[in-house]
Amino acid sequence: MPLLEKHDRHAVRVTLNGRQVEGHAKPNMLLSDFLRAELGATGTHVGCEHGVCGACTVRVDGKAVRSCLYLAVQADGRQVDTIEGLGREDGSLGILQQAFHENFALQCGFCTPGFLTTLDHYLGTNPDPTEDDLREALSGNMCRCTGYAEIIRAAMAAAAELRKRS
Amino acid sequence: MKPPYFDMLIAQTVGDVTACLKQHGPEAKIIAGGQSLMAMLNMRLVKPEVLIDISRISDLNYIRRDGPDIEIGATVTQAELENWEELETALPLLARAIPHIGHFQTRNRGTVCGSICHSDPSSELPLSLATLGGSVVLTGPRGKRTLPVDAFQTGMLSTACGPEEFVTAVRFPAAKPGQHHAFHEVARRHGDFAVVALAAVADDKNVRLGVGGVADRPAVLELGTGQMADLDDRLNGFAWSLGAGDDIHASARYRRELVRRLGKKLVNEVRDAAS
Repeated sequence: MPLLEKHDRHAVRVTLNGRQVEGHAKPNMLLSDFLRAELGATGTHVGCEHGVCGACTVRVDGKAVRSCLYLAVQADGRQVDTIEGLGREDGSLGILQQAFHENFALQCGFCTPGFLTTLDHYLGTNPDPTEDDLREALSGNMCRCTGYAEIIRAAMAAAAELRKRS
Repeated sequence: MKPPYFDMLIAQTVGDVTACLKQHGPEAKIIAGGQSLMAMLNMRLVKPEVLIDISRISDLNYIRRDGPDIEIGATVTQAELENWEELETALPLLARAIPHIGHFQTRNRGTVCGSICHSDPSSELPLSLATLGGSVVLTGPRGKRTLPVDAFQTGMLSTACGPEEFVTAVRFPAAKPGQHHAFHEVARRHGDFAVVALAAVADDKNVRLGVGGVADRPAVLELGTGQMADLDDRLNGFAWSLGAGDDIHASARYRRELVRRLGKKLVNEVRDAAS
Protein backbone atom coordinates (compact mmCIF):
# COMPACT_ATOMS: atom_id res chain seq x y z
CA MET A 1 0.00 0.00 0.00
CA PRO A 2 1.32 3.46 -0.88
CA LEU A 3 2.14 5.85 1.95
CA LEU A 4 0.63 9.32 2.00
CA GLU A 5 3.78 11.42 1.69
CA LYS A 6 4.33 13.87 4.55
CA HIS A 7 4.84 17.05 2.51
CA ASP A 8 2.15 16.37 -0.12
CA ARG A 9 -1.38 17.61 0.15
CA HIS A 10 -3.83 14.76 -0.28
CA ALA A 11 -7.45 14.99 -1.40
CA VAL A 12 -9.92 14.54 1.46
CA ARG A 13 -13.60 14.23 0.63
CA VAL A 14 -16.20 14.49 3.36
CA THR A 15 -19.94 14.97 3.57
CA LEU A 16 -20.07 18.19 5.55
CA ASN A 17 -23.51 18.83 7.03
CA GLY A 18 -25.06 16.79 4.23
CA ARG A 19 -23.06 18.35 1.37
CA GLN A 20 -20.23 16.60 -0.48
CA VAL A 21 -17.11 18.73 -0.25
CA GLU A 22 -13.43 18.26 -0.98
CA GLY A 23 -10.26 19.82 0.35
CA HIS A 24 -6.59 18.97 0.61
CA ALA A 25 -4.52 18.08 3.66
CA LYS A 26 -1.04 16.96 4.56
CA PRO A 27 -1.09 13.86 6.77
CA ASN A 28 -0.39 15.92 9.90
CA MET A 29 -3.31 18.32 9.38
CA LEU A 30 -5.88 18.18 12.15
CA LEU A 31 -9.52 17.79 11.24
CA SER A 32 -10.23 20.99 13.18
CA ASP A 33 -7.81 22.95 10.98
CA PHE A 34 -9.09 21.22 7.84
CA LEU A 35 -12.66 22.26 8.64
CA ARG A 36 -11.70 25.85 9.39
CA ALA A 37 -8.90 26.59 6.92
CA GLU A 38 -9.70 24.29 3.99
CA LEU A 39 -13.49 24.12 4.08
CA GLY A 40 -14.16 27.52 5.64
CA ALA A 41 -16.36 26.03 8.36
CA THR A 42 -15.10 28.31 11.08
CA GLY A 43 -17.93 27.58 13.51
CA THR A 44 -15.81 24.80 15.01
CA HIS A 45 -13.59 26.45 17.60
CA VAL A 46 -10.14 25.35 18.64
CA GLY A 47 -9.25 25.77 22.29
CA CYS A 48 -6.61 23.60 23.91
CA GLU A 49 -5.69 21.43 20.91
CA HIS A 50 -4.95 18.41 23.05
CA GLY A 51 -8.36 16.99 23.77
CA VAL A 52 -9.19 18.60 27.09
CA CYS A 53 -11.52 21.55 26.49
CA GLY A 54 -14.11 20.07 24.10
CA ALA A 55 -14.58 23.29 22.09
CA CYS A 56 -13.67 21.57 18.80
CA THR A 57 -16.21 18.74 19.16
CA VAL A 58 -17.84 17.73 15.86
CA ARG A 59 -19.78 14.64 14.82
CA VAL A 60 -18.01 12.11 12.60
CA ASP A 61 -20.33 9.43 11.25
CA GLY A 62 -22.80 10.60 13.87
CA LYS A 63 -20.49 10.34 16.87
CA ALA A 64 -19.36 13.33 18.89
CA VAL A 65 -15.55 13.42 18.77
CA ARG A 66 -12.76 15.92 19.31
CA SER A 67 -11.67 17.27 15.91
CA CYS A 68 -8.27 18.30 17.35
CA LEU A 69 -7.55 14.62 18.07
CA TYR A 70 -8.53 13.53 14.55
CA LEU A 71 -6.42 13.77 11.43
CA ALA A 72 -8.10 15.19 8.34
CA VAL A 73 -6.92 12.26 6.19
CA GLN A 74 -8.59 9.86 8.65
CA ALA A 75 -11.92 11.56 7.95
CA ASP A 76 -11.78 10.89 4.19
CA GLY A 77 -15.11 9.48 3.01
CA ARG A 78 -16.82 10.12 6.31
CA GLN A 79 -19.81 12.22 7.26
CA VAL A 80 -18.86 15.27 9.33
CA ASP A 81 -21.47 17.39 11.08
CA THR A 82 -20.58 20.69 12.65
CA ILE A 83 -22.30 23.60 14.35
CA GLU A 84 -23.10 25.04 10.91
CA GLY A 85 -25.51 22.13 10.40
CA LEU A 86 -27.56 22.78 13.53
CA GLY A 87 -29.49 25.82 12.30
CA ARG A 88 -32.57 25.61 10.13
CA GLU A 89 -32.55 25.99 6.34
CA ASP A 90 -33.99 29.52 6.58
CA GLY A 91 -31.16 30.63 8.86
CA SER A 92 -33.18 30.64 12.08
CA LEU A 93 -31.97 28.81 15.18
CA GLY A 94 -32.38 25.06 15.62
CA ILE A 95 -33.93 23.58 18.77
CA LEU A 96 -30.64 23.25 20.67
CA GLN A 97 -29.47 26.72 19.67
CA GLN A 98 -32.82 28.26 20.61
CA ALA A 99 -32.73 26.58 24.04
CA PHE A 100 -29.21 27.93 24.69
CA HIS A 101 -30.35 31.40 23.59
CA GLU A 102 -33.44 31.40 25.80
CA ASN A 103 -31.65 30.06 28.87
CA PHE A 104 -28.64 32.40 28.71
CA ALA A 105 -26.41 29.34 28.27
CA LEU A 106 -23.62 31.30 26.59
CA GLN A 107 -21.74 34.50 27.13
CA CYS A 108 -18.63 34.72 24.98
CA GLY A 109 -19.76 31.74 22.91
CA PHE A 110 -16.34 30.23 22.32
CA CYS A 111 -17.18 26.85 23.86
CA THR A 112 -20.77 26.75 22.58
CA PRO A 113 -20.22 24.82 19.30
CA GLY A 114 -18.65 22.00 21.30
CA PHE A 115 -21.52 21.86 23.77
CA LEU A 116 -24.13 21.90 21.02
CA THR A 117 -22.52 19.20 18.86
CA THR A 118 -21.97 17.00 21.93
CA LEU A 119 -25.61 17.38 22.95
CA ASP A 120 -26.76 16.83 19.37
CA HIS A 121 -25.31 13.30 19.58
CA TYR A 122 -25.94 12.66 23.26
CA LEU A 123 -29.65 13.55 23.27
CA GLY A 124 -30.12 11.08 20.41
CA THR A 125 -28.75 8.30 22.62
CA ASN A 126 -30.57 9.46 25.78
CA PRO A 127 -33.68 11.53 24.93
CA ASP A 128 -34.87 11.80 28.54
CA PRO A 129 -31.76 12.58 30.61
CA THR A 130 -31.56 13.64 34.23
CA GLU A 131 -29.48 16.65 35.20
CA ASP A 132 -26.83 14.27 36.49
CA ASP A 133 -26.75 12.44 33.14
CA LEU A 134 -26.18 15.76 31.41
CA ARG A 135 -23.43 16.82 33.81
CA GLU A 136 -21.68 13.53 33.09
CA ALA A 137 -22.20 13.80 29.31
CA LEU A 138 -20.95 17.39 29.26
CA SER A 139 -18.04 16.81 31.63
CA GLY A 140 -15.71 16.83 28.63
CA ASN A 141 -16.67 20.40 27.66
CA MET A 142 -15.29 23.42 29.45
CA CYS A 143 -17.03 26.76 29.75
CA ARG A 144 -15.31 29.60 31.60
CA CYS A 145 -18.24 32.06 31.50
CA THR A 146 -21.52 30.52 32.56
CA GLY A 147 -20.77 28.29 35.55
CA TYR A 148 -22.68 25.52 33.71
CA ALA A 149 -26.04 25.93 35.52
CA GLU A 150 -27.61 27.67 32.52
CA ILE A 151 -26.11 25.13 30.13
CA ILE A 152 -27.70 22.25 32.03
CA ARG A 153 -31.01 24.16 32.13
CA ALA A 154 -30.82 24.76 28.37
CA ALA A 155 -30.00 21.12 27.69
CA MET A 156 -32.97 19.97 29.79
CA ALA A 157 -35.22 22.41 27.87
CA ALA A 158 -33.87 21.22 24.52
CA ALA A 159 -34.38 17.57 25.49
CA ALA A 160 -38.00 18.31 26.47
CA GLU A 161 -38.61 20.16 23.20
CA LEU A 162 -37.06 17.35 21.15
CA ARG A 163 -39.23 14.77 22.92
CA LYS A 164 -42.33 16.84 22.19
CA ARG A 165 -41.49 16.92 18.49
CA SER A 166 -40.59 13.27 18.06
CA MET B 1 0.13 22.98 18.88
CA LYS B 2 0.31 20.94 15.70
CA PRO B 3 1.68 17.46 15.02
CA PRO B 4 5.11 17.06 13.40
CA TYR B 5 5.31 15.90 9.77
CA PHE B 6 4.95 12.17 9.12
CA ASP B 7 4.13 9.85 6.25
CA MET B 8 0.86 8.04 6.73
CA LEU B 9 -0.59 4.67 5.83
CA ILE B 10 -4.34 4.21 5.93
CA ALA B 11 -4.30 0.42 6.34
CA GLN B 12 -7.19 -1.70 5.10
CA THR B 13 -5.91 -5.09 6.27
CA VAL B 14 -3.71 -6.59 8.99
CA GLY B 15 -1.27 -7.53 6.18
CA ASP B 16 -0.91 -3.85 5.19
CA VAL B 17 0.17 -3.08 8.75
CA THR B 18 2.68 -5.91 9.16
CA ALA B 19 4.23 -5.14 5.74
CA CYS B 20 4.64 -1.48 6.70
CA LEU B 21 6.03 -2.37 10.14
CA LYS B 22 8.54 -4.72 8.52
CA GLN B 23 9.82 -1.82 6.46
CA HIS B 24 9.62 1.01 9.01
CA GLY B 25 9.43 -0.85 12.35
CA PRO B 26 10.96 1.38 15.02
CA GLU B 27 10.14 4.63 13.18
CA ALA B 28 6.47 3.77 12.80
CA LYS B 29 3.65 4.31 15.24
CA ILE B 30 0.19 2.75 15.16
CA ILE B 31 -2.87 4.96 15.52
CA ALA B 32 -6.42 3.73 16.07
CA GLY B 33 -8.58 6.21 18.01
CA GLY B 34 -5.59 8.36 18.89
CA GLN B 35 -7.08 9.78 22.09
CA SER B 36 -3.69 9.65 23.80
CA LEU B 37 -1.40 9.57 20.77
CA MET B 38 -2.93 12.60 19.04
CA ALA B 39 -2.44 14.74 22.16
CA MET B 40 1.18 13.52 22.34
CA LEU B 41 1.67 14.29 18.64
CA ASN B 42 0.14 17.73 19.05
CA MET B 43 2.54 18.41 21.90
CA ARG B 44 5.37 16.82 19.88
CA LEU B 45 6.19 14.39 22.64
CA VAL B 46 6.36 11.72 19.92
CA LYS B 47 7.69 12.25 16.39
CA PRO B 48 7.14 9.13 14.29
CA GLU B 49 8.40 8.96 10.70
CA VAL B 50 5.35 6.94 9.70
CA LEU B 51 1.91 6.82 11.21
CA ILE B 52 -0.17 3.70 10.49
CA ASP B 53 -3.92 4.16 10.83
CA ILE B 54 -5.56 0.82 11.67
CA SER B 55 -9.03 2.19 12.39
CA ARG B 56 -10.46 1.06 9.03
CA ILE B 57 -9.44 -2.59 9.33
CA SER B 58 -12.88 -4.20 9.48
CA ASP B 59 -11.42 -7.62 10.46
CA LEU B 60 -10.41 -6.12 13.82
CA ASN B 61 -13.84 -4.73 14.66
CA TYR B 62 -15.31 -7.49 16.81
CA ILE B 63 -16.25 -8.47 20.36
CA ARG B 64 -16.57 -12.23 20.71
CA ARG B 65 -16.58 -14.99 23.25
CA ASP B 66 -13.64 -17.35 22.89
CA GLY B 67 -13.53 -20.10 25.50
CA PRO B 68 -13.26 -18.51 28.94
CA ASP B 69 -12.42 -15.07 27.49
CA ILE B 70 -14.06 -12.15 25.78
CA GLU B 71 -11.81 -11.12 22.90
CA ILE B 72 -11.99 -7.52 21.74
CA GLY B 73 -10.49 -6.50 18.39
CA ALA B 74 -8.17 -3.52 18.00
CA THR B 75 -10.64 -1.13 16.39
CA VAL B 76 -13.45 -1.54 18.96
CA THR B 77 -14.00 1.80 20.68
CA GLN B 78 -14.55 2.20 24.40
CA ALA B 79 -18.09 3.44 23.60
CA GLU B 80 -18.80 0.32 21.52
CA LEU B 81 -17.78 -1.87 24.44
CA GLU B 82 -19.70 0.36 26.88
CA ASN B 83 -22.83 -0.18 24.77
CA TRP B 84 -22.26 -3.90 24.13
CA GLU B 85 -25.46 -5.57 25.32
CA GLU B 86 -23.67 -8.44 27.12
CA LEU B 87 -21.24 -6.20 29.00
CA GLU B 88 -22.94 -6.32 32.40
CA THR B 89 -23.13 -10.13 32.45
CA ALA B 90 -19.85 -10.95 30.69
CA LEU B 91 -17.55 -8.18 31.96
CA PRO B 92 -19.18 -6.51 34.98
CA LEU B 93 -15.87 -4.98 36.10
CA LEU B 94 -15.59 -3.14 32.79
CA ALA B 95 -19.21 -2.00 33.03
CA ARG B 96 -18.13 -0.24 36.25
CA ALA B 97 -14.75 1.00 34.98
CA ILE B 98 -15.59 2.38 31.52
CA PRO B 99 -17.65 5.40 32.70
CA HIS B 100 -14.46 6.67 34.40
CA ILE B 101 -12.48 6.69 31.14
CA GLY B 102 -12.17 10.24 29.83
CA HIS B 103 -15.43 11.65 28.52
CA PHE B 104 -18.36 10.84 26.23
CA GLN B 105 -16.49 12.26 23.22
CA THR B 106 -13.16 10.54 23.88
CA ARG B 107 -14.83 7.16 24.49
CA ASN B 108 -16.55 7.54 21.11
CA ARG B 109 -13.15 7.51 19.44
CA GLY B 110 -10.67 5.92 21.86
CA THR B 111 -10.23 2.17 21.49
CA VAL B 112 -10.02 -0.52 24.16
CA CYS B 113 -6.77 -1.94 22.76
CA GLY B 114 -5.31 1.53 22.30
CA SER B 115 -5.62 2.22 26.00
CA ILE B 116 -3.97 -1.13 26.78
CA CYS B 117 -1.11 -0.29 24.37
CA HIS B 118 -0.64 3.20 25.76
CA SER B 119 -0.22 1.62 29.23
CA ASP B 120 -0.73 4.74 31.27
CA PRO B 121 -0.27 3.69 34.92
CA SER B 122 -3.48 5.47 35.93
CA SER B 123 -5.70 4.14 33.11
CA GLU B 124 -8.80 2.12 33.87
CA LEU B 125 -8.52 -0.54 31.15
CA PRO B 126 -4.95 -1.71 31.89
CA LEU B 127 -5.97 -1.86 35.57
CA SER B 128 -9.05 -3.93 34.75
CA LEU B 129 -7.01 -6.25 32.51
CA ALA B 130 -4.40 -6.76 35.23
CA THR B 131 -7.01 -7.36 37.94
CA LEU B 132 -8.84 -9.95 35.84
CA GLY B 133 -5.57 -11.54 34.68
CA GLY B 134 -6.25 -11.12 30.95
CA SER B 135 -3.96 -11.29 27.97
CA VAL B 136 -2.93 -9.38 24.86
CA VAL B 137 -2.79 -10.71 21.29
CA LEU B 138 0.08 -9.39 19.15
CA THR B 139 0.42 -9.93 15.41
CA GLY B 140 3.81 -9.72 13.72
CA PRO B 141 5.84 -11.17 10.85
CA ARG B 142 5.76 -14.65 12.40
CA GLY B 143 2.03 -14.62 13.06
CA LYS B 144 0.23 -14.21 16.36
CA ARG B 145 1.41 -14.55 19.91
CA THR B 146 -0.53 -14.06 23.12
CA LEU B 147 1.08 -12.53 26.18
CA PRO B 148 -0.36 -12.57 29.70
CA VAL B 149 -0.96 -9.05 30.92
CA ASP B 150 1.92 -9.02 33.43
CA ALA B 151 4.36 -9.95 30.66
CA PHE B 152 2.86 -7.31 28.34
CA GLN B 153 2.99 -4.14 30.40
CA THR B 154 6.62 -3.60 31.38
CA GLY B 155 6.42 -0.15 32.96
CA MET B 156 5.10 3.36 32.56
CA LEU B 157 3.92 3.78 28.94
CA SER B 158 6.00 0.77 27.93
CA THR B 159 5.09 -2.72 26.79
CA ALA B 160 6.66 -5.88 25.41
CA CYS B 161 5.28 -5.14 21.92
CA GLY B 162 8.17 -5.51 19.43
CA PRO B 163 8.95 -3.05 16.60
CA GLU B 164 7.51 -5.34 13.90
CA GLU B 165 4.31 -6.37 15.66
CA PHE B 166 1.16 -4.66 16.89
CA VAL B 167 -1.72 -5.41 19.22
CA THR B 168 -4.65 -6.88 17.30
CA ALA B 169 -6.85 -7.90 20.23
CA VAL B 170 -7.12 -8.04 23.98
CA ARG B 171 -8.70 -10.86 25.99
CA PHE B 172 -10.57 -10.26 29.23
CA PRO B 173 -11.58 -13.37 31.22
CA ALA B 174 -15.40 -13.44 31.33
CA ALA B 175 -17.14 -13.31 34.71
CA LYS B 176 -17.85 -16.69 36.24
CA PRO B 177 -20.94 -17.48 38.34
CA GLY B 178 -20.38 -16.50 41.97
CA GLN B 179 -17.81 -13.81 41.17
CA HIS B 180 -18.32 -10.24 42.28
CA HIS B 181 -16.68 -7.07 41.02
CA ALA B 182 -16.15 -3.52 42.20
CA PHE B 183 -14.37 -0.44 40.87
CA HIS B 184 -13.57 2.87 42.53
CA GLU B 185 -11.62 5.87 41.36
CA VAL B 186 -10.40 9.08 42.97
CA ALA B 187 -9.67 11.91 40.54
CA ARG B 188 -9.56 15.69 40.83
CA ARG B 189 -12.30 16.01 38.24
CA HIS B 190 -14.53 13.41 36.67
CA GLY B 191 -12.78 11.99 33.60
CA ASP B 192 -9.40 13.28 34.65
CA PHE B 193 -6.39 11.03 35.29
CA ALA B 194 -6.91 8.88 38.38
CA VAL B 195 -4.98 9.82 41.51
CA VAL B 196 -5.73 6.26 42.62
CA ALA B 197 -8.00 3.74 40.89
CA LEU B 198 -8.96 0.40 42.42
CA ALA B 199 -10.59 -2.70 40.99
CA ALA B 200 -11.57 -5.85 42.84
CA VAL B 201 -12.89 -9.28 41.94
CA ALA B 202 -13.82 -12.04 44.37
CA ASP B 203 -15.15 -15.58 44.37
CA ASP B 204 -15.69 -17.77 47.44
CA LYS B 205 -11.94 -18.55 47.73
CA ASN B 206 -9.98 -15.52 46.55
CA VAL B 207 -10.03 -11.77 46.32
CA ARG B 208 -7.88 -9.90 43.79
CA LEU B 209 -7.40 -6.19 44.42
CA GLY B 210 -5.83 -4.13 41.63
CA VAL B 211 -4.46 -0.62 42.11
CA GLY B 212 -3.62 1.90 39.39
CA GLY B 213 -2.18 5.40 39.52
CA VAL B 214 0.45 4.66 42.17
CA ALA B 215 3.19 2.38 40.80
CA ASP B 216 4.55 2.54 37.22
CA ARG B 217 1.94 -0.04 36.19
CA PRO B 218 -1.16 -1.63 37.75
CA ALA B 219 -0.37 -3.84 40.75
CA VAL B 220 -2.49 -6.70 42.05
CA LEU B 221 -2.77 -8.09 45.59
CA GLU B 222 -4.18 -11.58 45.86
CA LEU B 223 -5.81 -12.63 49.12
CA GLY B 224 -7.38 -15.89 50.20
CA THR B 225 -10.76 -15.31 51.82
CA GLY B 226 -9.31 -17.14 54.85
CA GLN B 227 -6.60 -14.47 55.24
CA MET B 228 -8.84 -11.59 56.18
CA ALA B 229 -7.85 -11.38 59.87
CA ASP B 230 -4.72 -9.36 59.06
CA LEU B 231 -6.27 -7.45 56.15
CA ASP B 232 -5.15 -4.05 57.47
CA ASP B 233 -1.53 -5.20 57.68
CA ARG B 234 -1.62 -6.79 54.26
CA LEU B 235 -3.07 -3.63 52.72
CA ASN B 236 -0.51 -1.50 54.52
CA GLY B 237 2.32 -3.67 53.16
CA PHE B 238 0.78 -3.54 49.69
CA ALA B 239 0.41 0.26 49.84
CA TRP B 240 4.09 0.68 50.79
CA SER B 241 5.24 -1.82 48.15
CA LEU B 242 3.88 0.38 45.36
CA GLY B 243 6.60 3.02 45.78
CA ALA B 244 4.20 5.97 45.62
CA GLY B 245 5.65 9.38 44.79
CA ASP B 246 4.58 12.97 45.41
CA ASP B 247 3.30 14.94 42.44
CA ILE B 248 1.14 17.96 41.73
CA HIS B 249 -2.06 15.92 42.14
CA ALA B 250 -1.42 14.13 45.44
CA SER B 251 1.24 13.25 47.96
CA ALA B 252 2.66 9.74 48.30
CA ARG B 253 1.22 9.56 51.79
CA TYR B 254 -2.28 10.42 50.54
CA ARG B 255 -2.03 7.78 47.83
CA ARG B 256 -0.99 5.11 50.36
CA GLU B 257 -3.90 6.12 52.58
CA LEU B 258 -6.32 5.78 49.66
CA VAL B 259 -4.96 2.31 48.90
CA ARG B 260 -5.41 1.26 52.55
CA ARG B 261 -8.86 2.73 53.09
CA LEU B 262 -10.52 2.26 49.72
CA GLY B 263 -8.74 -1.07 49.29
CA LYS B 264 -10.35 -2.31 52.49
CA LYS B 265 -13.73 -0.98 51.43
CA LEU B 266 -13.54 -2.70 48.05
CA VAL B 267 -12.20 -5.99 49.40
CA ASN B 268 -14.99 -6.14 51.98
CA GLU B 269 -17.60 -5.20 49.41
CA VAL B 270 -16.72 -7.95 46.92
CA ARG B 271 -15.99 -10.55 49.61
CA ASP B 272 -19.34 -9.96 51.33
CA ALA B 273 -21.13 -10.20 48.01
CA ALA B 274 -19.29 -13.42 47.10
CA SER B 275 -19.74 -15.24 50.42
